[in-house]
Amino acid sequence: MIYFDNSATTRVWPDVLATYDQVTEKIWGNPSSLHRLGEPAWNLLEQSRRQIADLIGAKPGEVFFTSGGSEGDNWVIKGTALAKRKFGKHIITSGVEHAAVRNAMAQLAGLGFEITTLPVDEEGRVKPADVKAALRADTILVSIMAVNNEIGAIQPIKEIGEILKDYPRVHFMVDAVQAIGKGLDDLVFSDRVDFATFSGHKFHAPRGTGFIYAKQGRRLEPLINGGGQERGQRSGTENVAGAAAMARALRKVKEGEAESVKREQAVRQSIADHLRQFDHVHLFSGLNDHFASHVLCFAIEGVRGETIVHAFEERDIYISTTSACSSKKQAEASTLAAMKVPATVAESAVRISLGDQNTLAEAAAFNQAFDEIYAGFKKIID
Amino acid sequence: MAKIQYDEIMVRYGELSTKGHNKKSFIDRLGTNVRKALHDFDAVKVHANPDRLHVLLNGADSDQVIERLKKVFGIQTFSPSLRVEKDFAAVCAAARALIAKQVDHPVTFKVETKRSDHKFPMGTFEMNRELGGYLLKEFPDLLTVDVHQPDIEIRVEIRLNGIFLTSEIIKGAGGLPVGSAGKGMMMLSGGIDSPVAAYLAMKRGVSLEMVHFYSPPYTSEQALAKAKELTGKLAQYSGSIRFIQVPFTEIQETVKEKVPEGYLMTVQRRFMLRLAVEIAKRRHGLAIFNGESLGQVASQTMESMLAIEAVTNLPVLRPVLSYDKTEIIKIAEQIDTYDLSILPYEDCCTVFTPPSPKTKPNLEKAAKYEGWLDVEGLMERALAGIKIEEIHAGQEFLNQNEDVFAELL
Repeated sequence: MIYFDNSATTRVWPDVLATYDQVTEKIWGNPSSLHRLGEPAWNLLEQSRRQIADLIGAKPGEVFFTSGGSEGDNWVIKGTALAKRKFGKHIITSGVEHAAVRNAMAQLAGLGFEITTLPVDEEGRVKPADVKAALRADTILVSIMAVNNEIGAIQPIKEIGEILKDYPRVHFMVDAVQAIGKGLDDLVFSDRVDFATFSGHKFHAPRGTGFIYAKQGRRLEPLINGGGQERGQRSGTENVAGAAAMARALRKVKEGEAESVKREQAVRQSIADHLRQFDHVHLFSGLNDHFASHVLCFAIEGVRGETIVHAFEERDIYISTTSACSSKKQAEASTLAAMKVPATVAESAVRISLGDQNTLAEAAAFNQAFDEIYAGFKKIID
Repeated sequence: MAKIQYDEIMVRYGELSTKGHNKKSFIDRLGTNVRKALHDFDAVKVHANPDRLHVLLNGADSDQVIERLKKVFGIQTFSPSLRVEKDFAAVCAAARALIAKQVDHPVTFKVETKRSDHKFPMGTFEMNRELGGYLLKEFPDLLTVDVHQPDIEIRVEIRLNGIFLTSEIIKGAGGLPVGSAGKGMMMLSGGIDSPVAAYLAMKRGVSLEMVHFYSPPYTSEQALAKAKELTGKLAQYSGSIRFIQVPFTEIQETVKEKVPEGYLMTVQRRFMLRLAVEIAKRRHGLAIFNGESLGQVASQTMESMLAIEAVTNLPVLRPVLSYDKTEIIKIAEQIDTYDLSILPYEDCCTVFTPPSPKTKPNLEKAAKYEGWLDVEGLMERALAGIKIEEIHAGQEFLNQNEDVFAELL
């Protein structure tokens, strides 16, 4: 099996699962309980938080556990809207955000907030000048993702941060779900970023885990009210096993990060070099430093993305149409649409997304499979 | 920004530079404290000279040393410096690295050279001009010269043992070296206020020992661990702190049993203060410190202070007396004690709190009710049960499973 769909999800590492199991079995007390069953659960939760904070260069008080990327995105967006609606109702985002951001924005638009959706260039990147032009006195939030989930474009977070230094009251949120472990921490945690959202299952932790980074002093309203867990910001009895497993997964990802990015770049290069030989193949992802190491989006002209996915599946190779979340809905890829790629081409797009476990041997196997598949479709392509 | 491994850190003294005849002992104290703060960096050498203190890194990680120095009281500012060979090209390379690290937007600068090695071929003016010119060429978009009020001053010192470059001035913790003002006993409960009071006392040069009252089974092991962990946080400012735990159960039970409800709190506090004073006398403390601020709760009215403080003639000092709660919380967050302080464990001040304590207790009445108790016997037994331990910077107590958990994580 060759698994090239790591942006959809990753496989939980066995030792991470072992941590999850052990904690579930042995440290099952409620962290809020004062007795000796609750106490270690609390301590483990806080130790996990501290470890994650250390790994991302934040303070423990700046890390809040969530159930994943979608919750984090929804929380920062709506939590900002609730906290800052007195000061304005204008929000800036891009046309290539994940659905969790887009649809949270859409909901706010229905409640009277005004959303400016910025266009992207042919690489799928926002132009910092557009952000500057869109900023207004009543702007409360700028939400731009770090790495696009469909084509891997890295957004100019630092440049946007520089612009926002002149607008110190505006919340700057970065959806960093696709950026973790990809050698991009300098970008995601540049000093003007106020919030960043993360999802555990994208880096070998179990489903239902995630966290947000929230800069000290920046205020969010909670979305989930209740017993006051997570310093009153996110109620609900804590998922201690999930938090511990995620802390472990993140440590391992960080330990292997430099190697893994190098390997991914080599694998991506090998596949891209191969694909570029074919006239009817479009590459949407670039190989320059505007793109993350792990995503390669391409299309075979005239062949539907879904057809390509299944053709590879038959050879035990797993890729996806562009975004797994929407790929069953036949919706054309929204990022490609924002890049003004014609719909007829966009519906042929498929995405390879690499992980730390992928190898050059797999790239070679993929390339060989591609040749066979391409030859099979020869009749309908030409 | 790029990381630089510095060779030496030059420390400027704070107020103590102005303290006349005490100056030498202050400098010695600061030297000792800096050595204590850096004790686990084996290669580091500290020279406390009359004008400046020099930390020679000898390869120790300068970022880590800088973080430690930021917590040493008595330091006004400090500047990390690079040492290079006596060679102009090496000076250029080092200055370039300093600017690259420090500057990310356009600034004005100047070069200021001192030369104690007069054999070095370049004069001070020549060095200023040549190095300035080189940097302007290297950073045309970032640097402009302003010799009168530059944003950044690159200082070049040509000494016999090499050329030293500094550019950055880092703010120190200010205050006076811990220990220079003598020793005091801090009544540490575990709430938000007393750790902040302790921090402020240490900032004024007081060497503290923590006095903590514990009342099992009314207070838990966790409450004790919390007070110790807070002490570990505060020990970052002094290297280590002695933690004195005083058993208080018998006194609290007896007071509860015999004293009218309105005076429970006043009489308990009088016992605490008496005990702290006795410990201070035995351990050569000069004053008692606590975390009271005026008017917050019943025990903190002036009438209450009068009735409680009457048991001693040692000064009872209250560093946060005039602070608002929000100001105290702000400092607690800065020194990272807030999150610990709000852990919800009962301490000996919260158990046996009467529903309506006297906010204006009467001294005579308090003394009269105490007459019904065997004050000396209670004191003696409590003092016989004290335990003293040395708590080091950053030592943790609440999470007993840290190593076990580290395996899981």
